[in-house]
Amino acid sequence: MSTLAARSDYAREILHVYGIVTWVAIGIALVVGVALAWIIVRFRDRPGASRVPAQTRGHTLLEISWTIAPALVLLAIAIPTIQVIFRTQAAPPRDALEITVYGHQWWWEFRYPALQVVTANELHVPAGRPVALTLQGPDVIHSFWVPRLGGKRDVIPGRLNRLTFTAETPGEYRGQCAEFCGVSHANMGMRVIVDAPDAFARWVAAQKTELAEPAGLAAEGKAIFAGRACVGCHTIRGVSSGALGPDLTTFGSRHTLAAGLLPISVDNVAAWLKNPPALKPDAKMPALGLTDEQARAVATYLIGLK
Amino acid sequence: MMSADSSGRVLHAPPSALAGVETPATVLSWLTTVDHKRIGILYGVTGFAFFLLGGLEALLIRLQLAVPNNTVVSAQAYNALFTMHGTTMIFLAIMPFNAAFFNYVVPLLIGARDVAFPRLNALSYWIFLAGGLLLNASLLAGTPPDVGWFGYANLTSRHYTPGPGVDFWLLSLQILGVSSVIAAINFIVTILNMRAPGMTMMRMPVFVWMTLVVQFLIALAFPPITVVLIFLMFDRFFGTRFYDVAAGADLHLWQHLFWIFGHPEVYILILPAFGIVSEVLPTFAKKPLFGAPVVIYSGVLIGFFGFGVWSHHMFATGLGPVADSAFSIATMLIAIPTGVKIFNWLATLWGGTIRTTTALPSPSGWSGSSPSAVSRASCTPRRPSTCSRPTATSSSLTCTTS
Repeated sequence: MSTLAARSDYAREILHVYGIVTWVAIGIALVVGVALAWIIVRFRDRPGASRVPAQTRGHTLLEISWTIAPALVLLAIAIPTIQVIFRTQAAPPRDALEITVYGHQWWWEFRYPALQVVTANELHVPAGRPVALTLQGPDVIHSFWVPRLGGKRDVIPGRLNRLTFTAETPGEYRGQCAEFCGVSHANMGMRVIVDAPDAFARWVAAQKTELAEPAGLAAEGKAIFAGRACVGCHTIRGVSSGALGPDLTTFGSRHTLAAGLLPISVDNVAAWLKNPPALKPDAKMPALGLTDEQARAVATYLIGLK
Repeated sequence: MMSADSSGRVLHAPPSALAGVETPATVLSWLTTVDHKRIGILYGVTGFAFFLLGGLEALLIRLQLAVPNNTVVSAQAYNALFTMHGTTMIFLAIMPFNAAFFNYVVPLLIGARDVAFPRLNALSYWIFLAGGLLLNASLLAGTPPDVGWFGYANLTSRHYTPGPGVDFWLLSLQILGVSSVIAAINFIVTILNMRAPGMTMMRMPVFVWMTLVVQFLIALAFPPITVVLIFLMFDRFFGTRFYDVAAGADLHLWQHLFWIFGHPEVYILILPAFGIVSEVLPTFAKKPLFGAPVVIYSGVLIGFFGFGVWSHHMFATGLGPVADSAFSIATMLIAIPTGVKIFNWLATLWGGTIRTTTALPSPSGWSGSSPSAVSRASCTPRRPSTCSRPTATSSSLTCTTS
């Protein structure tokens, strides 16, 4: 989550300005701090030698010079700042991969219109190719923030915001909603998985592969899923088409559950299914009244979706 | 007059003219007082009580954050804590601390018997107390506000936050706003009209100047927040749709008007401290303030520019590169008058005979640290839960250049 370990063009731009400003600020702080300390020691009132100092009231030339000096320092900071503001907000290149990001209370939805892929909470992007995010939201304001890949950009209902970056190095990068959005704001995490181009192509293909019919416990789980309220909110391609919660078609290919809350395992998924608000305060998914066996069956089914 | 203690002993005998206004220190006399010094003390004591409460809230926040996934408080309680802490510290602790100094010191510094409207002054205090108590009554009702001190729409709408917490919050802020604006007008009139003969504006102490600038900031900055709070109140109580996206609302509306208040508010909080430093340093260096007119102009400029930088709180909201650049530059400009003040403070100490008693370190620490203090102020985090915002290009700038 450190902005100092930048892994995209956007994050490097910010780090560049951050570096300039930080070093300038450290320099100024040192000059002022040392001058202050020296002045207090040098001009301290010594016992016995109390005197009335010269009653200086000002010095026009000095005051003009220390008005101009900060202006020059600011000019040196302002130029790279404005360059970076414009570079990071430029129109995305034509070959950029378009992704629409929806911020929901309290999870992330990612849609790849050109690839016809929909996923949640774990965003896959290819390394070395510009990614153009369009941010929009159906409920309250959220903010998309993956510190190592770029700056914050708010997800504001009624507006379309853009964020374009090119990830450099394959790996997994954590992100977090950065605009207070209600009770479980702190539990609105995400992961961005930067894949090498061929790995990204494989991931896309895997998202679109027809799912094998489950067997055994997983088949029981599927029956429970299909027969319950689950289908009202969740889409599993070929099974249901709910739109309120995350698309679960390839749930098993993800690493975490409930917006980065827990690693995916049968135990964790079963615990979530039994009572989501117990794990994530105010979660919109209600407790479903499943028995332990039913929850484990559905968990096994969901984890098999990959 | 505070010179009489409970035994009736007069600490230093006042001249007969003052003896007439001497009142015994009964509880009733404190409840009915219109004396500027007593009202100043009331502001200070009340502000300190709220400061302790806000500090307690901060303590709970830090305890919760001491280790990951801590369970000191629930998620709801945590959100309420940082909302109450932020609102309390700004409106119920620091603003009344400043009001305490304005009330106690300003009439003395300009040679006035009291403020222009003493009864109105008492009214300001009691309205402030009512607002503070109403906000904290939400704790007793068990439904404190939990939407952040910045209360961004549309999370504050009845749909997303149904309980009465937001209602307590918005009504108490309106009440506190009335108190602040009344006091601001009172002090503007006092300072402009009631100075001792011969005290021209430029002979006025720097602290009084900073007080005057702050009163204008209050009088001009509170109307915008009053407007957005009225919109919110109408949305929540009367079914209007100012912040309803489905009805075409633009959620930037709240943010713009809130920060047109919120950024001047930063200077409302900090300029009185600049004024105090500008008085204490000359006293301890036994020299006049170096370049006093420039220090005054700097304070006025800071107040003026303070109205032109609000969107640096909105760099992540997608205003576009032109607006982001314009507000970055405006924000940087504030660094110039602030820097001038600091250099003038250093020059005040230079060549002085500096008494290094306990009272000195605070303001001298100020001269050294106010770049960081101001920069922290100028990038006032809009979300206490995620104060460090190291990625926003612009926020790192506002943070280090002021």
